Amino acid sequence: MMKRINALLMSPYGPAVTGAVVGILAPLLVWMGNPGNMGICVACFTRDIAGALGLHRAAVVQYLRPEIPGFVLGSFLSAVIFGEYRPRAGSSPVIRFFLGLFAMIGALIFLGCPWRAYLRLAGGDGNALAGIAGLLVGIFIGIVFLWKGFTLARSYPSPRSSGLFMPLVSVVLLVLLVLAPTFGEEGKSAVFFSSSGPGSQHAPLMAALAVGLLVGWLAQRSRFCTVGALRDLVMLRDGHLAKGVLAFIAAAFVTSLALGLFRPGFTGQPVAHTSQIWNFLGMVLSGLAFTLAGGCPGRQLIMSGEGDGDAAVFVLGMLVGAGIAHNFNLASSPAGATPFALGAFLTGMAFCLAVGFLMREKI
Amino acid sequence: MNDSHVVDARGLSCPQPVLETKNALAAAAGGPVEILVDTVTSRENVCRFARSQGWHCRHEERDDGSFRIVLTR
Repeated sequence: MMKRINALLMSPYGPAVTGAVVGILAPLLVWMGNPGNMGICVACFTRDIAGALGLHRAAVVQYLRPEIPGFVLGSFLSAVIFGEYRPRAGSSPVIRFFLGLFAMIGALIFLGCPWRAYLRLAGGDGNALAGIAGLLVGIFIGIVFLWKGFTLARSYPSPRSSGLFMPLVSVVLLVLLVLAPTFGEEGKSAVFFSSSGPGSQHAPLMAALAVGLLVGWLAQRSRFCTVGALRDLVMLRDGHLAKGVLAFIAAAFVTSLALGLFRPGFTGQPVAHTSQIWNFLGMVLSGLAFTLAGGCPGRQLIMSGEGDGDAAVFVLGMLVGAGIAHNFNLASSPAGATPFALGAFLTGMAFCLAVGFLMREKI
Repeated sequence: MNDSHVVDARGLSCPQPVLETKNALAAAAGGPVEILVDTVTSRENVCRFARSQGWHCRHEERDDGSFRIVLTR
């Protein structure tokens, strides 16, 4: 049975199977308590974790989302079982840190990562269209750099123990979630948990963790990637990963309908704003940063579970980026983008374009 | 096998191993091409691309855990 499932996940149908399962589970998590159209959002959930740890103090988005450590641990266990746990590191880690940081800032200007962009679309949120258009443009800019020889250079195998870092951090996060300690006066010291807003909305811990572990395993086996899907389709005419995204959107749409969560329209959408220029530009920045780093935020988490230290650095960049996005008032709210979004966007694009132009060492 | 038809794509991020393969196949004029990669994902991606271009794909694991892929027409 296990062997058959693994063969299916490794087959040309693997990404589609993964996409379909995640597409069913994500709206189910909303139905069980997660915020609207946010069954799974790698950017939003990492941001919530940053908030719980006090890296930002936006009181409405602080929760130790168990889905994220679930992804890492699910991928880690899968990689160990199937002989794909291969610790490696050394491919421009500092640049990857800032790519993660700016990818997060772009995602928080839009209000979601590529996963959530597709989930928002499947849930009827028309504003997601501008975000997905921006994602495509960002990926396309990244593709141009790749054609011109862009590279962040090689990673090299590292000691087996080095890959245990992210799984261990994930366990620590889960312990903090369960014990919910406060290091000082409550409300003034971590761990923070929102009492209102999206951070207060969450599915039961065990359900969310189980989904995280399952998705981590499925995505590790099938290489599901929401950015690689569009990149390979445009760049190599290869629809292998794109079938995963199509199945993801279709399954999420049908499940949202079945659960009565489908609400078509532009205004009043959950955790979303109607400033289409910022929905678009936020995802241009994000899409470019993800493409230069080699994969979507979910994929980075999965690779960090396989022992990829560079992907781990990208994830840590996202965590810090979430702190900066809220501390410097760069993140949008349902009211729209902030006056500082323009500066954040221009800074992020300047960084990503400089990286794209300059990193083309002949290898 | 000529050295110019050996591509060392170990440690490169997606999709660079496939791009290097694409360039090597274009330059190989039908002869065998050898690609080195160090993850199963890269091995699958290179073989999937090569097969889609009408090449045959054989691979073996090397002592250091990396993979040697041989592509032939």
